[in-house]
Amino acid sequence: MLRIEYVYWLCGALLAACALHDLRARRFAAAAFWGILAVIFLGGDALPAQGVGVSVIVLALIAGSGALRRAPASVRAEPVEARSIDALRQAQGERLASAMRLGHRLFVPALVIPFGTLALSLAQPYSPWATLDRSAFTLIALAFACFVATLAALWLTRSSPRNAVGEASRLLDALSWAALLPMLLAMLGAVFAATGVGGAIAHIVAAAIPTQSPIACLLAFAFGMVAFTVIMGNAFAAFPVMMAGIGLPLLIGQHHAHAAALGALGMLTGYCGTLLTPMAANFNIVPAALLELRDPNGVIRAQWPTALALLAVNFAMLWLFAL
Amino acid sequence: MLAMQGLTLPIAAAIIAWIGNHTTMNYWPLLGVAVVVIGFAVRANPALVVVIAGIVSGLLAGLPVPDLLALIGNKFVASRNLLVLLLTLPTIGLLERAGLREHAAAFIARMRTFTLARLLIAYLGVRQLLSMLGLTGIAGHPQTVRPLLAPMAEAAAEKIDPQLNAEDRDCVKALCAATDNIGLFFGEDVFIAFGAVLLIQGFYAQNGINLDPRSISLWALPTALAAFAIQSLRALRLQRRLRDKRESHAAH
Repeated sequence: MLRIEYVYWLCGALLAACALHDLRARRFAAAAFWGILAVIFLGGDALPAQGVGVSVIVLALIAGSGALRRAPASVRAEPVEARSIDALRQAQGERLASAMRLGHRLFVPALVIPFGTLALSLAQPYSPWATLDRSAFTLIALAFACFVATLAALWLTRSSPRNAVGEASRLLDALSWAALLPMLLAMLGAVFAATGVGGAIAHIVAAAIPTQSPIACLLAFAFGMVAFTVIMGNAFAAFPVMMAGIGLPLLIGQHHAHAAALGALGMLTGYCGTLLTPMAANFNIVPAALLELRDPNGVIRAQWPTALALLAVNFAMLWLFAL
Repeated sequence: MLAMQGLTLPIAAAIIAWIGNHTTMNYWPLLGVAVVVIGFAVRANPALVVVIAGIVSGLLAGLPVPDLLALIGNKFVASRNLLVLLLTLPTIGLLERAGLREHAAAFIARMRTFTLARLLIAYLGVRQLLSMLGLTGIAGHPQTVRPLLAPMAEAAAEKIDPQLNAEDRDCVKALCAATDNIGLFFGEDVFIAFGAVLLIQGFYAQNGINLDPRSISLWALPTALAAFAIQSLRALRLQRRLRDKRESHAAH
């Protein structure tokens, strides 16, 4: 039987290989960081939950200590630097030569990932796994496509699997703790939900607005969607809270708002908040690390004008059509 | 500045305590939110801030420590799906070492018709259309933005200004990431089988309002068009800014 755990085991194996690679290069903090994460991926639900909770705190402490930052080979700083610039130039020359030689064939493994995932997900209803949860199957398809793409890349570039681990480890170390942030934020969202943070916010907002004015309710709803999405990093978490606090009782119940328009436009208003917040790490912080931007908030800086303009559009639509 | 942020916490605590005395609700867990806001404001390590915020919020809600640790552990394990994208890293790394970014850049540099703005607008349009069809996983920051779109956009920007400085280069790369996000967010709600529409419909159904998912997704269409128009204009503006800059170089 196909299980989502296989995907996590594959991730765990890759993380373990990267940890070993860091251990060999004597980057002990990074080795410990990816090693702990590898154990969590390999063990999964079988691990005692409290043990995982302690490991999460340890991971955060390693990240917070700043030890993950890649230090240049410590001794003989000057000559090493001069040599590494030479090495960089040489590596760039090799990449250019290889790019000339391989040409468009380089695109093939890169395109195997999206199109392989797509083809497999489209084939699901005709496969023996038609009853498997759709999002779980998409992840399995993605993992399989990545595996095939790695094989294709190895074959195309005539590299050894060891190179593949080395390259993955290089990218993973460049991402550093930012790679972990989406999981940590999902955890925080769940803790906030379990401790009643959402209800408390909706309660305060509802108590603070003049409820007999439809426009005040609508403003509170839209602003609440944005603010709560900025705090939680996720419009999906904000939506039920704001709907239960303001949308259903006040806008629909008291002011007879149009339910379909309110729901759709309310969610899209929340998305404007997603564009503005470092809490939406996988959209805003991870890409800044991936693209090696000097400003970790560079992506948000590029997004805020669009976000504010769309916020105005959404609010105008809510006012015209939902009320 | 730092002193002001140091003051925020006691003030927030006082407000919450005051509200708490006037209702039966427990507002103390809200301090977890304050930890997040202050942590990001003082630029502490975000991973550490997030974990501390979770612990603060849990303890103030009266959760016993073993239960809180179990809650953190369970939810962390349950969100492993968010890290599956790391499986793309070996392929991307190998291809980058073999010159994928250089090839993508050279490919764009040769094509006269592909200006910076056209490249970004074409990507935005395709990304939105694919998201509307539910094909959200087909592109993304590790799969398409880092290996393909960003080097192509950099090459297109270098066609405008060969002496592109580091700041403008970061601007171009950041706009690539922004374009991917905006294409994804403001396309996916138009697709009825996507999570957002089902979440909205499910929420209403639980509360006794039955809606057709199509009636919800229809309302996402105007915003999708507005997002395309606004982001396209911004790509054009960046292009014009780079051109103006090049001309002022030439004038000197």
